[in-house]
Amino acid sequence: MKLWKDFSNGIIKENPTFRLVLGTCPTMAVTTAVFNGLGMGIAVIAVLICSNLIISLINKIVPNEVRIPIYVVVIATFVSAVEMLIKAFSPALDSALGIFIPLIVVNCIILARAESFASKNPPLNSIMDGLGMGVGFTLALVFMSGVRELLGAGTFLNMPIFGAGFEPALILILPPGGFLVYGLAIALFNKLIVKKA
Amino acid sequence: MSSMIFRVSSSPHIRSNESTQRIMLDVIIALIPALLAAIYFFGVKVLTVVLISVVFAVATEYAMQKILNRPITINDLSAVVTGLLLAYNVPPTAPWWMVAIGSIFAIAIVKHCFGGLGHNFMNPALAARAVLLASWPVRMSSAAFVSPGVNAVTAATPLSLFKAGAGCGNRIVITSATVATSDTLTSLWDLFIGNIGGCIGETSALALLIGGLYLIYRGVISYRIPLTYIGTVGILSYILGGFHVYCFTFHMLAGGLFLGAIFMATDYSSSPLTAKGQIIMGLGAGLLTVLIRFFGAYPEGVSYSILLMNVATPLIDRFTIPRKFGEVKKSA
Repeated sequence: MKLWKDFSNGIIKENPTFRLVLGTCPTMAVTTAVFNGLGMGIAVIAVLICSNLIISLINKIVPNEVRIPIYVVVIATFVSAVEMLIKAFSPALDSALGIFIPLIVVNCIILARAESFASKNPPLNSIMDGLGMGVGFTLALVFMSGVRELLGAGTFLNMPIFGAGFEPALILILPPGGFLVYGLAIALFNKLIVKKA
Repeated sequence: MSSMIFRVSSSPHIRSNESTQRIMLDVIIALIPALLAAIYFFGVKVLTVVLISVVFAVATEYAMQKILNRPITINDLSAVVTGLLLAYNVPPTAPWWMVAIGSIFAIAIVKHCFGGLGHNFMNPALAARAVLLASWPVRMSSAAFVSPGVNAVTAATPLSLFKAGAGCGNRIVITSATVATSDTLTSLWDLFIGNIGGCIGETSALALLIGGLYLIYRGVISYRIPLTYIGTVGILSYILGGFHVYCFTFHMLAGGLFLGAIFMATDYSSSPLTAKGQIIMGLGAGLLTVLIRFFGAYPEGVSYSILLMNVATPLIDRFTIPRKFGEVKKSA
């Protein structure tokens, strides 16, 4: 049961995007289209699970004074691997996400989970925490990019949804639209989910 | 005398009859000449745009106050003013859904998400205009403007002609003959009475001026922001436009400057409280407007400059706190 709790924690109670407000920079930048949001989310899930596992395994031998640089090295290793995989298998996603893939290294969700969870908990729990946090992040990105792509471009996963008469609100795929959707999504999340839980 | 009740209470002891409703009513009265001018120049169809905007603004105000469990205050007419100002800021050809979205955004997001009347950090109508301009640029810019009159063909605004390189007289010798024959220059008289293309409520400087004088007479607004704002734009345009009187007058009358300076920049909750602060607001907005008009990408900069000064207002207020009576100036 503890494992399930570690997993579900990241989806609602401590959703990294809507509750902890971590990793906002990639959230703003990549949520202009569902494809990009989904790709970013999956990349983060992969890195988060691997880095949480390794950090939880090595935490006994890591000197406390230099733990952050060591975490960053571990995370950077997996990010490099993920980046190469994306380049090889999905060049379209690679060109859409651009600099934000290497920037996963300094994504504060991953560093925060390493520091506050993986370094204090056993490996299996850390994997579940990484998976839960990653899924929570991905769901949030897909929700935000869904709203922005649907209303800002009139498409969903690049498929036109509305008829020709629909005029998309361009602002939603521009940076100000990202802030608007993010703020309103946090408000909605607090109103609908957190109060009941 | 013996029956008089003596109240012991702390100040204030004398209250004026001023109320939010009365102030808002004055603003609405002051906006009516511009509406009449718009109907005269663009036809009765502008009335539909205005009505849609006002109805959606009031309905959104009611809905938001219901949702947020706040007292329902649609009778204070502030939503009507926001709706009117938004309608004045869109082209006469604006589709109904765009106006409705603008109204909902102005009231729900800019006004009520930040705390309601008196708590909005920028002018709701202008913020909504900025959102509409970013969302549907084609519907909000040159292609959407029509020339006044029954034909109502698509026509550029005087400011977009200026941007396109017609200049404001700096290269053309202004004689009565060239002004009359050249279609690149707009006659100042047309600019003054509003016989030009533009947004619904911004074209007639005359009608807006009448409204502004009424507001100053009633004490609803002070002359400081409108005067310094319009004056700064005029003087800077005179200098940048090569010292031509035509340029001086053209830039004061063109675009949304009168509407912005009189009705938008003077919004109580998003403009400075102190006299000195209001002058800084006028100067700053004027400077930004001229910079955008002469060097920016957009033909018109009134809305963005007011929004920028709105967010600078808390800072201006902090630096212009008046000295209390008897307070000694601290040595630096």
